[in-house]
Amino acid sequence: MKKRDLWKKILSVAMVGALSMSVMGCSGGAMGEATESSTETTESSEAEESSEVTGTEESTASGDTVKVGILHSQSGTMAMAEKPMIEATQMAIDEINEAGGILGKQIEFVLEDGASDAAIFAEKATKLLTNDKVATIFGCWTSASRKAVLPVVEGNNGLLWYPVQYEGLESSHNIMYTAPCPNQQAIPAMDYLMENYKGEDGVLKVFLFGSDYVYPRTTNTIIKEMQAEYGFEIVGEEYIPLGYTDCSTVITKIQQTQPDVIINTINGDSNVSFFKQYKDAGLSPDKIQTMSFSCYEEDIRGMGAEYAEGHLFAWNYFQSVDTEASKAFTEKFKSIYGEEKVTGDPVVNAYEGVYLWKAAVEKAGTFDVEAVITACESGEVECETPEGLITIAAGTTHHVLQKVLVGECDAEGQIQTLWETEDRVEPDPWLTEYAWASKLTTDSE
Amino acid sequence: MLNETKAGKFRIQGNTILVTIIFIFLTAAPFFMSSFRMNMFGKYMCFALIAIGIDMIWGYAGILSLGHGVYFGLGAYCMAMHLKLEASGGALPDFMAWSAMEKLPGFWKPFESTAFTLLAVVLVPVTVAAIIGSLTFLNRIRGVYFSILSQALAYALATFMIGRQEYFGGSNGLTNFSTIFGCPIQSTQTKIILFYCTLAALILAYVGCRFLVKRRIGRVLIAVRDAENRARFTGYSPAVYKVFVYCLSAALAGIAGALYVPQVGIISPTDINISPSIEMVIWVAVGGKGTLVGPVLGALVVNFLKSLISEQFPAFWQFFMGGVFILVVLFLPGGLVSIKEIPAKIKARKLKKEE
Amino acid sequence: MDLLLMQLFNSLSVSSILLLAALGLAITFGLMGVINMAHGELIMIGAYTTYVVQNIWKSVFPESLFDGYFIASIFISFLVTAGIGVLLERGIIRHLYGRALDSLLVTWGISLVLQQLVRSIFGPTNVSVACPSFLDKNIEVIGMFSMSYKRLFILALVIICCILIGLLMYRTRQGRNIRAAMQNRPMAASLGVNTARCDALTFAIGSGFAGVAGCAIALLGPIGPTIGQSYIVDTFMAVVVGGVGRIVGCITGSAIIGMGGPIFEFFTTASLGKVLIFIVVIIILQFCPKGIFSISNRVLDE
Repeated sequence: MKKRDLWKKILSVAMVGALSMSVMGCSGGAMGEATESSTETTESSEAEESSEVTGTEESTASGDTVKVGILHSQSGTMAMAEKPMIEATQMAIDEINEAGGILGKQIEFVLEDGASDAAIFAEKATKLLTNDKVATIFGCWTSASRKAVLPVVEGNNGLLWYPVQYEGLESSHNIMYTAPCPNQQAIPAMDYLMENYKGEDGVLKVFLFGSDYVYPRTTNTIIKEMQAEYGFEIVGEEYIPLGYTDCSTVITKIQQTQPDVIINTINGDSNVSFFKQYKDAGLSPDKIQTMSFSCYEEDIRGMGAEYAEGHLFAWNYFQSVDTEASKAFTEKFKSIYGEEKVTGDPVVNAYEGVYLWKAAVEKAGTFDVEAVITACESGEVECETPEGLITIAAGTTHHVLQKVLVGECDAEGQIQTLWETEDRVEPDPWLTEYAWASKLTTDSE
Repeated sequence: MLNETKAGKFRIQGNTILVTIIFIFLTAAPFFMSSFRMNMFGKYMCFALIAIGIDMIWGYAGILSLGHGVYFGLGAYCMAMHLKLEASGGALPDFMAWSAMEKLPGFWKPFESTAFTLLAVVLVPVTVAAIIGSLTFLNRIRGVYFSILSQALAYALATFMIGRQEYFGGSNGLTNFSTIFGCPIQSTQTKIILFYCTLAALILAYVGCRFLVKRRIGRVLIAVRDAENRARFTGYSPAVYKVFVYCLSAALAGIAGALYVPQVGIISPTDINISPSIEMVIWVAVGGKGTLVGPVLGALVVNFLKSLISEQFPAFWQFFMGGVFILVVLFLPGGLVSIKEIPAKIKARKLKKEE
Repeated sequence: MDLLLMQLFNSLSVSSILLLAALGLAITFGLMGVINMAHGELIMIGAYTTYVVQNIWKSVFPESLFDGYFIASIFISFLVTAGIGVLLERGIIRHLYGRALDSLLVTWGISLVLQQLVRSIFGPTNVSVACPSFLDKNIEVIGMFSMSYKRLFILALVIICCILIGLLMYRTRQGRNIRAAMQNRPMAASLGVNTARCDALTFAIGSGFAGVAGCAIALLGPIGPTIGQSYIVDTFMAVVVGGVGRIVGCITGSAIIGMGGPIFEFFTTASLGKVLIFIVVIIILQFCPKGIFSISNRVLDE
């Protein structure tokens, strides 16, 4: 009995010991940090480890490499959307490294999994900034993940490059948005619909249909605010939970209200259900047209082109865009990741984020976050990308100037451009140029 | 399990040592961990707090709730609403503006008061638990049926929160806080204070639950778990005890939620849905249910492993986590705290073979 | 009028899909007491099997025979998931009989592993299957109301599956053995029933039907590593509210959730509809703590 008792104790002690040892391995000392930050000195006993504690500049760019973070979901429901983003980011990093890196340094990336959970995104972003001391982070897909990372990058003076079209009404000092905000996607698309899809009575009747989360709801709120100015009529507004697989009831409501156009802001998997069941219900784009803001070539590939054929999509780039740069990009992407892969706007946004960062760093001449942000705000950071010349707008909006395209899906699952804006559209995330949007922006600043 | 009395005595001693080591380790943590790791352990301690609550109902009273995310979420949202109002400083919270709300809804107003918030963090989950608990336990819903019912509850609440963006921030949840009771939330000092608050709550919860378990109420709960009808025939009302312990565990989860929000900086419906709720139960199972130290150990170990493995193998970590759950439940039904019984088991098996 | 019909047909169709997904669960849960959280992942594997069969079929058979792949994939999906079911049962689940709640946790672990496995093999992005041309049609009934062949096909498939399970369980020797083993294991064993084989067989059948469900939903929804998650909760509710262990209970449960959901959704919104139907489930359980059709017995403590 005695002997066994001893065993138990030894084992339990050993277990906790192992736990604590493994933690010690990644030590740093929060208490030390706290006293340090209050006394503003770095002469602590841990001076040897000061790379862990002091500013980002030396540590991020130490040696011949500079560390960056890639933060996307690789597990959970968003993994299917975010995988191509990781691939595009890695491809850009590899290209830059082959061409000699940035300021003579090779880029080294740290990949983290956000697991489709906003809280995990916040945790991993903190890890990237405080443990890995990355110079910048490329990542996030959902608004929820970006909103969760926002206080982290602001608090730790990090820099996030966000590659996905979103609802606007945001501009953080520490985030660069390479994707469109509503005035670079939804609003021009509405202009296009007003021109081309008015019903016989001369009024455009729209049905708003999206996933139940922030981007669709806010975009639709913006569209509702436009109503008075534009004179279209909203005949219905429906949201389905993310991952919902049955759209038949909403489709019944659509048939009941007979709109001219459905504004589709469904995200992810449910797009497949919607387009498949839309066709099943005997509907087609020539009866009721749809305009999708959150569904691109990759989603179309995942459902089968026959379901998306004839439907409309609004983006800043389509794989079908017929320029040398665009073709070369798509070809390279396919040769690395497989022939069946497709590109599209979010993929290109993720890719160009890395190049814009490179341009900004080279203009600033340093990897220091503050200097890079200042460089970005100068309005002179630009690069040639598959979608053409992209420039970060001058000022503090942190968005890019880009063209807006509306296209129709063909039988191969490619979206062919029908219409595009003449010039690149100035980003206006707070919709300050639009009188009708005053209600959305007044009290939130 | 055979010689319950003798083994039980030693087991308690072993566990007391274990829990002392855990608490000493946690107390010392801020001195040798980076602020990031310490913050993570702060989060794990919140989880440990929930795990103790789940162990009280599952390990001691035999009720498996797969919807504890609800109570965690209610506590967390109460706290988050207060922090959000503090961060907005009198203006309308940002998400309400972009949902085209014009003024603060009435039920948000009381959360401007710190005292009310601290009360609500406990009372809201307890009230909901009391209603749900008294309905289901008086109607004698048991076992798997209760588990599935609680799962429905978690799903319903999460979906409801997502659908009411103008009131609760939708799928983004509530985030972007600046201060907590006037202290900047990002500063290391605040984080250390929060860490020790959480530790204090955890120790209190542990000591309190241990006290309860050692009393008659603990024995009645075990009686209810093992033979509900016999307990009823001897004159105890199982429903009353069950409702009490269910409310207790809801209160613990609510407090955990309130401590979680300032440390993690976000609460969203994802964190209160079915998957996280099942994970909570898994911490208890991995640590060892019915021991009080088990859930604490389980919550710390599982979450620490999860963070560490997902950092090392971002693409494959789910294999490891799934594997750990399967192996532990399959081969260590008593959880990690029963590791120490393995040598004895092997010995017993050897003896058996020799016979 | 046509709207009402449309909505009725929608409800019927949703119920049928739910029932198809729940049938397998009703078997493993109802007969064996195993709460299989990995059931959704078996559905997902069924859908992926359809995708693989389609690709192989394309390369082997001429274009004109393409439609045949779908019929073949129904059977192959059944066999593949049944095979996985046997492996799971023999390897893991048989250690968990009598520990219903533990089986829940282990199968949750299994579901994580299966998801990651599929993600590692096929990638995290969705894959697509082409609908066979004989199902890609609609019958126009009146006005806007049209019934799609796919949904009718799924309805027919469910009916066939129910009849098959009924026949199997109540008209064959094997079915009798299974029911005997589930009702009184030691007695059945002493009368010469190989109970271990019965367990494996039951679990295989339950899993197999999950595969068939996966094959069917591939027609209507996405195919990705996480689709199992979107079905598992609803199917559990259906099985539990209907009553465990009876096919009629499973049908009733699916009908309540499948019919109720779209009806609530029609009058409110999708999210609220979902919340309401779950509240209805919670209320029903208050009155029937063991589901609507529960098997009554005289055992006090189970």
